[in-house]
Amino acid sequence: MATQAESGGAHRRPEVVLVTGVSRFLGAQVAASLATRSGVTQVVGLDPFPPHAEVEPLLAGSGVEVIQADLRASSEVIGDLGVEAVVHLAVVSSPDQTRGGRAAMKEQNVIGTMQLLAACQQATSLRRLVVRSSTAAYGASFRDPAVFTEDTEPREVPRGGYARDILDIEGYVRGFRRRRSDVTATVLRFAPFIGAAAETALLRYLARPTVPTVLGRDPRMQFVHVDDALEILERSVLESHPGTFNVAGPGVITLWQAIRRAGRIGVPVVEQALAASAATGRGPISHDQIDLFVHGRVVDITRLVREFGFTPRSTQDAFADFVRSHTAGALLTPERLAAAERSFLETIQRVRQEVTP
Amino acid sequence: MTESTTPEQSDVWDQRVASGLSFLRRRLSGAYDVDEFGFDRELTEGVLHPMLRVLQREWFRTEIIGAKYLPADGGALIVGNHSGTVALDALMLSIACHDESDGHRHLRLLGADFVFKLPGLSELARKSGATLACTADAERLLSGGDLVGVFPEGFKGVGKPFRDRYKLQRFGRGGFVSAALRTGVPIVPAAIVGAEEIYPLIGNIKPLARVLGTPYFPITPTFPWLGPLGMVPLPSKWLIEFGEPISTEELTDQADDPMVVFNLADQVRETIQTMVHALLERRPDPFAQ
Repeated sequence: MATQAESGGAHRRPEVVLVTGVSRFLGAQVAASLATRSGVTQVVGLDPFPPHAEVEPLLAGSGVEVIQADLRASSEVIGDLGVEAVVHLAVVSSPDQTRGGRAAMKEQNVIGTMQLLAACQQATSLRRLVVRSSTAAYGASFRDPAVFTEDTEPREVPRGGYARDILDIEGYVRGFRRRRSDVTATVLRFAPFIGAAAETALLRYLARPTVPTVLGRDPRMQFVHVDDALEILERSVLESHPGTFNVAGPGVITLWQAIRRAGRIGVPVVEQALAASAATGRGPISHDQIDLFVHGRVVDITRLVREFGFTPRSTQDAFADFVRSHTAGALLTPERLAAAERSFLETIQRVRQEVTP
Repeated sequence: MTESTTPEQSDVWDQRVASGLSFLRRRLSGAYDVDEFGFDRELTEGVLHPMLRVLQREWFRTEIIGAKYLPADGGALIVGNHSGTVALDALMLSIACHDESDGHRHLRLLGADFVFKLPGLSELARKSGATLACTADAERLLSGGDLVGVFPEGFKGVGKPFRDRYKLQRFGRGGFVSAALRTGVPIVPAAIVGAEEIYPLIGNIKPLARVLGTPYFPITPTFPWLGPLGMVPLPSKWLIEFGEPISTEELTDQADDPMVVFNLADQVRETIQTMVHALLERRPDPFAQ
């Protein structure tokens, strides 16, 4: 941070920004929004895949220049355009069968990050690096504390592929920080995203009418609303916030609470059966989710709130937003339960009035 | 409804049915709050506490002494002696703290990782306010002003043979003392008498314990011979005493000095041992009324 102060212009907004992962919702949103900010003259989006249909209109009118190439191309882009800030969002949280499954996911997450950081290390123009990470970085162990702070070290290597990728990615960023201490590096450990528009494997799972859970476990979970995640990401690019930060909605919701609030039906299944289903890679559940469903994951956001002066909306409120927009599969909704309760009480009263003389 | 039912009585039943139904609806629709450690206050006060209270008052006829030493607010570390094969003493200590303290404070217990490994038990523990016995959790609860309960003897205490009853075991590494020192909260010693007799441990099948992954496999006069009946605790007479709080305020900067930590841990251990002996004198026989 001392080197930042010396260079004077460290807090100036970057003019040229490179955003990776623009083929998907988060990357496209961040890129499009940054392009509208004053002081930012050029936003380049880099992604090995063409934009998804739903983000195409967003990118089309935004002035973001989209380059479809794998992250090895970042070296030329950064050098040629004099990129000052890189936002690395080409980090995939679940395998996409239409895009090559888990092998391609690991390729993109781990090798992609290596290539991007190699390019960043050479770039003399670079002043700011923002990397998407996840609270999965804390691993999953029975000896874990209930609440993770940014300094908590993972005790066990998790089963989930995404969590292992995240550990690799953070390792590369640590190496980058050592070699380029002049660059402000911000690592954002996001809790699972949620919101009306968010689309993740976990949310698709929770939106099912029946939700298999791990028998005998009711994990504590946290979510972060996508809108708040976007706010934090943008501020990390436009302002200077060096360090690693947990990004999650304050408060906790347990899996069973979530299932009940969404009006879904939970189905407890022994852990081994779920793990066998995850091992096939075809079922609705992954090892990442089993880790979450057994151990739960809660983080402390004191550092985020102090540094950014911004508190994401609570996990409960963020989840309520999801429930409002996913009423289709709901069976046992709170409204129906309340109606059942009323009619039951009325029946008792009616019967008793008839019985008592 | 019988003929003799008065309107007042039926009102009482109406209220009970209505509040029971609304409790059920809140549970089924997820309309309750859980803190970051997983503590579910509504479930604890509404379901767990009434059951523990029956066990404590009717079955164990527990006498509680020195509740005035439980602080009405702010963080404090309650340190107790551990025994009884099954950690019922922790639950009895926690209901004693809740019912006898000013402001009905919840005791947040620190449990071994074994508890959190087991499906079912782990969630019951978290919902009742317990968390893993680790520095991070202990300090977070204490600095948040919670009442935290710890049994530094751990499995050495609960799983000791009956012949060693009421002899306090070694106090581990004294991590609980460092946590209290670092957060500057007082340590309240608690002596529990009665738990040793509920499941007298006369044997331990170590190979079976290894297979099951448990710290020990208990043999008691009734278990496993009587099957599920053997899991009923013997109705011993219980006494729980809270001692004068030991202040740590002037030692907060010495939390990393192992000598200070060991000495304080020893002091706490000896205090509890003395209190246990005194309570045993007061109790004429283990199954007295």
